[in-house]
Amino acid sequence: MYGRKVKLRFLFVLLILISLTLAVILVLKSLEENVVYFQSPTEIKALVETEKKKIRVGGMVKKNSIFIESKDLQFVITDFKNEINVIYSGAVPNLFSEEKGVVAEGYLKDKNFFLATKILAKHDENYMPPEVKAALKEK
Amino acid sequence: MASLIGSFALVFGLCLSIFIIFFSIKNFKDNNILDKKVVSLTFLQFFFVLISFFGLIISFVNSDFSNETVFNHSHTTIPIFYKISGAWGNHEGSLLLWLLVLTLFLFLFISTSKKQAKQYRILTLLFQQIIIIGFFIFLIKTSNPFNYIFPVPNEGLGLNPILQDPALAIHPPILYLGYVGSSIIFSSALSAASLSYISKGWAKHIKQWVLISWIFLTLGILLGSIWAYYELGWGGFWFWDPVENVSLMPWLALTTLLHCILVLEKRLALTSWVVILSIATFALSMCGTFLVRSGILNSIHTFANDPERGLFILIFLFILIFLSIAVFFFFHKNENQNIKNLFWLSKETSILVNNWFMMYFLSVVLIGTIYPIFLEVFSSEKISVGPPFYHSLIIPFLIPFLIAMAFAPRLKWIKSKIEDKIQMIIFFVISFFISLLIVKNFDIDFLLNTILITSAFYLFFITLKDFFSKRIGNLAQNLAHFGFSLLILSILFNNIFSKEVITNLKIGETFISEDFKINFENVDKKNEKNFKAIIGKFNIENIDGNIEVLNPELRIYNQPNIITSEADIKTNLLTDKFITMNVVQNQDYFNVRYQVKPFMIWIWISVILISFGGLISILKKKYEN
Repeated sequence: MYGRKVKLRFLFVLLILISLTLAVILVLKSLEENVVYFQSPTEIKALVETEKKKIRVGGMVKKNSIFIESKDLQFVITDFKNEINVIYSGAVPNLFSEEKGVVAEGYLKDKNFFLATKILAKHDENYMPPEVKAALKEK
Repeated sequence: MASLIGSFALVFGLCLSIFIIFFSIKNFKDNNILDKKVVSLTFLQFFFVLISFFGLIISFVNSDFSNETVFNHSHTTIPIFYKISGAWGNHEGSLLLWLLVLTLFLFLFISTSKKQAKQYRILTLLFQQIIIIGFFIFLIKTSNPFNYIFPVPNEGLGLNPILQDPALAIHPPILYLGYVGSSIIFSSALSAASLSYISKGWAKHIKQWVLISWIFLTLGILLGSIWAYYELGWGGFWFWDPVENVSLMPWLALTTLLHCILVLEKRLALTSWVVILSIATFALSMCGTFLVRSGILNSIHTFANDPERGLFILIFLFILIFLSIAVFFFFHKNENQNIKNLFWLSKETSILVNNWFMMYFLSVVLIGTIYPIFLEVFSSEKISVGPPFYHSLIIPFLIPFLIAMAFAPRLKWIKSKIEDKIQMIIFFVISFFISLLIVKNFDIDFLLNTILITSAFYLFFITLKDFFSKRIGNLAQNLAHFGFSLLILSILFNNIFSKEVITNLKIGETFISEDFKINFENVDKKNEKNFKAIIGKFNIENIDGNIEVLNPELRIYNQPNIITSEADIKTNLLTDKFITMNVVQNQDYFNVRYQVKPFMIWIWISVILISFGGLISILKKKYEN
C-alpha cells in the first residue's frame, strides 16, 4: 500500500523516537541514583531516619574543633543553630580552616556523626555556604 | 590617564557601531562591491577596543589603584607577568577581552572573505554588530573596567593566588578565541540561511572558521585542565564541575558541526542541521559565560560575582536565540535534499551516527549541569550531580562510538561497502586479547573495562595502521582520531593503575605502605616578594629501593592572605609522581597526599595531537588554494 520510501521514513522516525525515549529513561534513572543532596546540620537534625545515601553537609567549621591524628581528622560543622561531628580521612583543601565555610561529602552514621569521603572548599577566601549566610543574618 | 583613555575608547567604539550599521545598510542596497568605508570602520572599532584593552593593561602594570578593577585585582608586590594577566583574570577585564576578540574576528572575517558575495558579507557583519553592541552595553553599563574610586587607595586587594600561574594566565585568551570564534560562525550561518546562500562553497569557507575556533577551544580546555591538575592539588584533570562542563558543551557542539559540515561541503545535504548547530554552539558559549558569571552555578570554581550581570546576559541570550530562531524559520528555505538517495552504509550515515552520539553526550552534560539549578529554583532543594552520573551515562556509549570512529572514515560517500573485512577482524581480536591481558590482573569491573579497552585499542591500531597505508586519504582526520584513541586509553590506564596515599605526617615521620615508604625529612623556609614559602622535603622509596626526593610547597600569600599548596610533580613518559602537602590550623601534622599517576603526560599529548589534526586541516586548505 505504501511506497518503500514512506516505509523507510517511518522506520527512521520510529528509530529516533525509540532511541530518544531510551536516552531519557537512562538519564532520569542515572539522575535518581547519582544525585547528591545538600543539607545543613539543622536539616539533618530534623530527619526522621538517616538514609544510606551519599549527601553533602555544608556550614562553617566550628572554632577550636579541628582535631588531627595521623590517620584521620575530626571537626565540627555548624550552622550556628545545630552542629554535626565529622570524621574524615583524606586530603584537606587549602582553604579549609576554622571559622571558614566548608562542604563535606559522605555518609551519615547517625544524626550526630558524619563520615566524610571528600572535603570541598571554595577558591574564594570570602566564600560562605548560602545557608550559613542566611543563618548569620538571622542572628 | 590610561584608564581615562581606555574608558573613552570604549564609548567611541560603541558609537562606531552606529556608523558601521548605517553605512553597511546603505551599501547593502546600492553598490555591487563592498564599501571600503565599512572595512575601515570595522578596523577602527577593533582598534578602539584594542586601545581600551591596552589602557586597562597599562593601568594594571602601573598599579593605578584609582581604577576600581585594578584595586580589586592587583597589588604592588605581584610579579609583572601576573599584573598583566590580572587584567583579564577578573570579570570586567575578561569581558573586555571577549569584546576585543569579537571585534578582531569581525575584522578578520570582513578582510578575508573577499571571494564571497557582498550581501552575505554585509549581513554577517550586521549580525555580528548586534552581538558587539550587546557586549558594549553590557560592559559599559554593568561591568565597566574603568570605574573610578576616590580617595585613591594606597594598595590593592591583590590577585587570587591560584590565578598567579602561567597556565591560567594564558588560559582565558585561548579559551575566548574559541568561545568567541563561534560568534562568527553564528553570524555567518544566520546570514547565509536568510539569503539562501548555503552552498558547497560556503561550507568550505566557513569550515576554516569552525576549525580555528575548535582548535582554540580544545587548547583552552586543555590549559584549564593542566592547571587544575597541578594547582588544585587533587591530582585529577577533570572533575565534571559545572564550570568545566560549560566549556565542554560548546566543544561538543562544535565538534559535531565540524563533522556535519563535511557532508554539506561534499554532498550539499544537512543544511538546516548545520545552521542549527552553528546557533547552538554560540548559544552554549554565551550560556557558559552567563552561568559562570552570574554565580548561580554551585561550583568550586565560582569567583565573586553579581546577579545583575547574570540577568543582563540571560536577557541578551534570549534575544539572540529568539532572533536566530525567527531568522531560521522565516528565511531559511530548505531546497535541496540529496540525502534521500542514501544507502544505509555510507559516509553520510556514519557522520549522522556520529552526530547522534555527540548530541547524546551533549544532552547528558547539559542536563547534569543545569538540572541542579532548575531543581533549586522550583523546589529550593540543593543537589549536586557528581562524576558517577556522567560516567554511568557516557562510558557505555563510548564503546560503539570508538568502534564507529575506527571504520567510519574508511567508508565512501553515497554507497559503500566494508573493505578489508578480515584485516579489521584480526585487529579486533588482537585488541581484545591485549585488553584481556591487562584487565585480568586487576580487581576492577571486568566486563566493562575489557570491552572499553578493546574498542579503544581497536581505534588505536586502525588509525595507527592508516598512517602507514599508501592511500592515506586524510591525515588531519586520521591524526585527530588517533589522538582521541590515545586520550581514551591514557585516561583509562590512568584511572585503573593510579595509586594514592593520603596521610597526616609530622616532620621526621615515615609512612610505610605496601608499595612505598614516604619519609618526611624536614621543611625549609623561603621568602619571596609576595609570598612566604614552606618547602617540604620528602624521600620516597619504591619497592625496588629507588629513592626519589620531592619538594611540595606551601605558599602563604601576603595579599590576599591565602595559603596555597604547590604540588611537586616528577614527570616522565610512563608515569607522574605527584605530592602535595597542607597544614591544618596550626597543628603539628601536615596533610600529605602522594599519588602515582601513570600515562598522565599522554593525556596532554593526545589532546595536542587532536588539535594538531585541526591545524593540518586548515593548512591543507591553504595549500590547495
